[in-house]
Amino acid sequence: MSSQPTHGVIIIGSGPAGYTAAIYTARAQLHPLVFEGTSFGGALMTTTEVENYPGFRAGIQGPELMDEMREQALHFGADLQIEDVESVSLAGPIKEVVTAGGETHRARAVILAMGAAARYLGVPGEQELLGRGVSVCATCDGFFFKNQDIAVIGGGDSAMEEATFLTKFARSVTLVHRREEFRASKIMLERARANDKIRFLTNTTVVAVDGDSTVTGLRVRNALTGQESTLAVTGVFIAVGHDPRSALVRDVVDVDAEGYVQVWGRSTATSVDGVFAAGDLVDRTYRQAITAAGSGCAAAIDAERWLADTRDSGTTEMIGAHR
Amino acid sequence: MSTSTTPLTVTDDSFAADVLASTTPVLVDFWAAWCGPCKMVAPVLEEIAREKAGVLTVAKIDVDANPSTARDFQVVSIPTLILFKDGKPVTRIVGAKGKAALLKEIADVI
Repeated sequence: MSSQPTHGVIIIGSGPAGYTAAIYTARAQLHPLVFEGTSFGGALMTTTEVENYPGFRAGIQGPELMDEMREQALHFGADLQIEDVESVSLAGPIKEVVTAGGETHRARAVILAMGAAARYLGVPGEQELLGRGVSVCATCDGFFFKNQDIAVIGGGDSAMEEATFLTKFARSVTLVHRREEFRASKIMLERARANDKIRFLTNTTVVAVDGDSTVTGLRVRNALTGQESTLAVTGVFIAVGHDPRSALVRDVVDVDAEGYVQVWGRSTATSVDGVFAAGDLVDRTYRQAITAAGSGCAAAIDAERWLADTRDSGTTEMIGAHR
Repeated sequence: MSTSTTPLTVTDDSFAADVLASTTPVLVDFWAAWCGPCKMVAPVLEEIAREKAGVLTVAKIDVDANPSTARDFQVVSIPTLILFKDGKPVTRIVGAKGKAALLKEIADVI
């Protein structure tokens, strides 16, 4: 059951970072084993049109882009598995990865690319009404809110993209943002502002989501006056950012206060020898498909060089390689 | 009854016969082509259908083509999985989950 052969490299995660690392390590003959996880494709699976990925001047749908990367990784022989990883043991020269199904896999190097997960507000009613009017995926759920009044929470590009997308279905979209200024890029903000179905409600925080079996309203507070009011909406789309999905490795590699995996300088090397990290798991600054893909490439090259160096100096021997 | 090893496609018209009248529990996947996370659960459900053939029927309903069943069960987020037993919804799972997690959620019913 657990006597799997040792791979050159195991990659955990399957967004642009994971698949790019898979493409590069497969081409380098490292026979990568990739645990794509249940949320394979990563954050782009819930986006619509990706307009800023170089090479696609007419834009490309997020899921389609991920499908292309996935097929490209398969083409070069990456072993892709739609399985979640349950635990890891990364300290020694042979790294072990245990899947949710209970299988143990071994490799000499590991690339972490688990990405980030949508953040929630943490207000009353939110989790209770998840899937009953509260949503973190506009492209999935917008369809259900035809001719209804809904709210989008957030002030970044995702919030603007979702608000604009949702006007295809909804009668009105109220964009609720806790501050006056937006982190969104100018082009996304202007596009939302130009849409007459979108109403901006700034300096406003969410107090609670109301509703019994489905959402009936959103209780908000004006951050300047402290006054509370209720918006009559049937849908609440949350786009308030992401948290790095580092729970699996938090006790193993160094992470910062917010859980981002820390890497050395401009490399992808983590605090543990032979363990590399890429993509949104590491990146608190850029978080773009292209930067994730770029760092996945860097992780693959770092891993390849590290494997070559340690093999030359004989430090890892072939311990357990044929167990 | 059906001991299909692949997910059964159901519609608004066939829902009563295929799901509500089924003597085996039916796990229904509410999905649509434009839903990225729905693509993530699809291969997991295929595996479950194969492994649980005879004990559990896995069914898929496209909410785009079949909106009234989704409305009847207040599905406003996909993927949503609802497990039906003796014609009644007994467990509801929202969002893409892994095989181990899904099997755990339905373990006490099948």
